[in-house]
Order: sequence, then structure tokens, then C-alpha cells
Amino acid sequence: MTLCRVLGTVTATAKHAAFAGRKLMVVQPIDERRQPIGASFIAVDHVCSAGRGDLVLVNREGNGVRQVLSDDSLPIRSLIVGIVDEVEV
Amino acid sequence: MYLGEVIGTVVCERKYEGLQAKRFLVVQPVDHRRQPSGPPEVAVDTVSARRNDLVYLVGSREAALALDPWFVPVDSAIVGIVDSVDV
Repeated sequence: MTLCRVLGTVTATAKHAAFAGRKLMVVQPIDERRQPIGASFIAVDHVCSAGRGDLVLVNREGNGVRQVLSDDSLPIRSLIVGIVDEVEV
Repeated sequence: MYLGEVIGTVVCERKYEGLQAKRFLVVQPVDHRRQPSGPPEVAVDTVSARRNDLVYLVGSREAALALDPWFVPVDSAIVGIVDSVDV
């Protein structure tokens, strides 16, 4: 999983039916010192109610997403699965 | 998933049967500031996107799951047209 900072939200009217009613967030991967690494990407937030500025844990793999959202056919690959309280290294 | 900008189209007359009637677009992956975040790629369109549209895509196995039939050799699919990115 990837440690990320929530940068904001994405809105889309025309979208695949699998995304109906799902909240899309822009997230920036960060390292253990909270420095940005790589490009931002899009993740669904369905279980955590994350907000802008939150440090979150993102699952970037489809099987886990389908398990969490209880649907075997979802074309969704990144899901926010936790709000991070603390990282200690 | 990731953002991208539609920069062109690809036409293939001869292709795998599961991909008949699918539209291929050339997409430049971008970050939230619309800066390129990797090389352009070819994606299957599921939302009738047009050139210059900002879209979001899903990659890998999940790209094929966005299609019907879903057991097809595809690794990138456009699954939404972005109205706004609010950061």
C-alpha cells in the first residue's frame, strides 16, 4: 500500500457505471518524511471519509478493492483504506 | 487510477475479436496540475471522450473489467470525463 496526502477532489459527470456515487480524490504519494514522491493519482474514497490534507493509506491493486467493495467485477484499482494517525520510522 | 489528456485517436481495422467496436484514444497521463506524468499511451474509451478532454483512466487488469466482454487484452481504459479537479 502507498502512503499519500489527499490533495483534493475530482468531479466527473460522464463516467463508467462502476463509479456512480463514488467519491474520487486526488492523492499525492509521499515518503516516510512526508515528502512527495512521483506523480499524483486518483483514488476512490468509500470507507474512510478522507478530507483534503489527510494522510491516508491507499491500496493500489484491484482484488483488494473488489473485496472491500463486495463486487467481483469492479474496474477500480485504487482505494483509500485508512486515515493515518502516525508514522514512526 | 490516474488523470490523462486525450491527444489523439488510433484506428485498427484488424484486431482481436473481443475488441471489435472499441474506440482507441491516445492519452497523455498528467498529474493534478495537468503536467505530463509519463509517456503517452493508448487506452480504450468507455465514455465517448474527445480530443483535449481531461479524463481519468484505470490501468492493468481493471482496465479490461471496464469493458464488455471483460476477458480482453486491454491494460488501459478511460472510465470518466473530468468536470473539475479541486485541489
